[in-house]
Amino acid sequence: MLNVLEPGLLTTIQDLGRLHWYHIGMPPSGALDNFAFRAGNLLVGNPEDAAGLEVTYSGPSFEVTSAGLIAVTGADIAFTINNQPAAQWRAHALHPGDRVSLGGVRRGARAYVCLAGGITVSERLGSRSTYMLGRFGGLDGRKLEAGDCLPLGTPHTSPDAMLGRTLDSALIPVPQKELEVRVVMGMCSHRVAPESLRDFLAANWEVSTEADRIGYRLKGPTFEFNAGEQPFGAGADPSNVVDLGYPIGSIQIPGGLEAIVLLNDAVTGGGYTTIGTVITADLDLIAQASPGGHMRFHEVTINEALQARREREARLELIRLELGLFDQAGMLGQ
Amino acid sequence: MEQGGAMSETRYDYGGDEYLLVVFSEAMDLAINFKLLSICREIERRRIPGVIEVCPANASYLVHFRPEETHPDALIRTLKDLEREIRSAETLPSRLVDIPVLFDDPWTQECAKRFADRHQDPSVSNLEYLMRVNGYSSKEEFITAYCDRPYWISMVGFVPGTAWCYRMCPPEQAIQAPKYIRPRTDTPERAVAHAGVFLCIYPVQGPGGYQMIGMSAVPVYDPEERLPDLQGRYILASAGDRWQFRPIDMDEYRDIRSQVEAGSYRYRIIEQDFHPGEYMRDPEHYLKRLQEETAHAERP
Repeated sequence: MLNVLEPGLLTTIQDLGRLHWYHIGMPPSGALDNFAFRAGNLLVGNPEDAAGLEVTYSGPSFEVTSAGLIAVTGADIAFTINNQPAAQWRAHALHPGDRVSLGGVRRGARAYVCLAGGITVSERLGSRSTYMLGRFGGLDGRKLEAGDCLPLGTPHTSPDAMLGRTLDSALIPVPQKELEVRVVMGMCSHRVAPESLRDFLAANWEVSTEADRIGYRLKGPTFEFNAGEQPFGAGADPSNVVDLGYPIGSIQIPGGLEAIVLLNDAVTGGGYTTIGTVITADLDLIAQASPGGHMRFHEVTINEALQARREREARLELIRLELGLFDQAGMLGQ
Repeated sequence: MEQGGAMSETRYDYGGDEYLLVVFSEAMDLAINFKLLSICREIERRRIPGVIEVCPANASYLVHFRPEETHPDALIRTLKDLEREIRSAETLPSRLVDIPVLFDDPWTQECAKRFADRHQDPSVSNLEYLMRVNGYSSKEEFITAYCDRPYWISMVGFVPGTAWCYRMCPPEQAIQAPKYIRPRTDTPERAVAHAGVFLCIYPVQGPGGYQMIGMSAVPVYDPEERLPDLQGRYILASAGDRWQFRPIDMDEYRDIRSQVEAGSYRYRIIEQDFHPGEYMRDPEHYLKRLQEETAHAERP
């Protein structure tokens, strides 16, 4: 069991998300920084989709009642076990009664706590991820509170074998203040004036204070729309379209006044003009952005987006390989 | 079969590396919605490799796919073939659902007062505003007209259970309203509201910009699966269903609410196939015929 002593600012149970239900308006949810989360699970010997904790800005403290392993990945954050500083991106042993504390983030926005065996609250529609707006999944569809007790699964392999497992620093992403985000333009971008699309790609966008798991509102230049009559049923504002589906990562421009990038708890559809979609590989970067941070968008082709996706998978494959080699060396040394 | 506002050619576009957006028309058009629902059903039925799911929308659909299993361009070719194959909508499975609504209710009016500064005309209620912009002066007359025919569920999304309900009438008879000037940060759960040509019921409490005109006595989202009819489905709406809104008074509202709270409420649902071709030929006549059929099918 994991007993929550302090919940932190916003800590939720997440895994890799809930697919197949977008058509009822249920977004996937799941860890926003997919790479950091999967790497954390690999470090403690879990399947990549085992449920862990997503910690936002400021972390929880908790006590465990059984022996196990823990790794903390994602944002740079103060992390202690029994008041002793512990390294991130590394598997540490936990003993019954050990107390884990996470402080405030120093860099980035979201840290991931992965425990051997994973958090085993019951699945809803095939996932343990928390979707707060829909009060669904995780623990009663809400963020953690002091006094919550979370069940932990049985570790898949002997924890001793994985102690001290860590990653080559070249494989550890460092959260940036100034992000470079790649985007596939399109969808409703033909409604927007060409010079506004140029401005969109040239601007340095600032993350506003309205930035959460649903989406990030960005401040920057405004948009002009091509002249023309509004189609029947679209609504009077030129930024309105007849309601359509919004991909995860899609960028919408309500009123032409701001840009919103939708993330894993997205509203699944609506009536605002969408001008492009952030590539999956770069959604991890946005997950680590916080208000006041900046990002620039770079247009890429679909094949460049697919290539970036393969590169992210290749980095994870390197991690699997590296951890496999570590285990082998450990066994040889015995 | 395509009506005004339709583009000559369907547009296939990338929504990043995991989604495709397929747009049939920039304008809302029931005939197009019927056709795309048929196409979406066929995509699901064929279990195309790499396709995770398909999400129908009003005049478009979104496909979520795994690019590791299919290149998006190959998937576009498959979808284009499928579009050519399905030239018009076939019979659609459809359910007629009774939605009891307390119009002109105190809760949405209280909410409207809180956000008066974001509205076009805070001197009147949202209902009165909707009446005025559509040329009605009598509340009774407006509510009767508003509920005189079923609404087609052309799209489901936004948050779980939100359904875009389109009044089944020719475009020139559509009831229309602008959204709030600035969206509210709050809307009561189950508020019945209208904007553009669509009515919607808010599944959960939250932000919104539609004109609020009443309260549904019945929920459209049930995350705890407390109501027998929503067990395993979580939401009431399916694209292709028809909702019949029925004005009720406060006594009936309270009665239904207590049944919902007790978990014993049963929705009045009639399964009834829908024939888009017949509707397009003579909407009024076909709706009347469906209504007569349901009068027979009604549970005693």
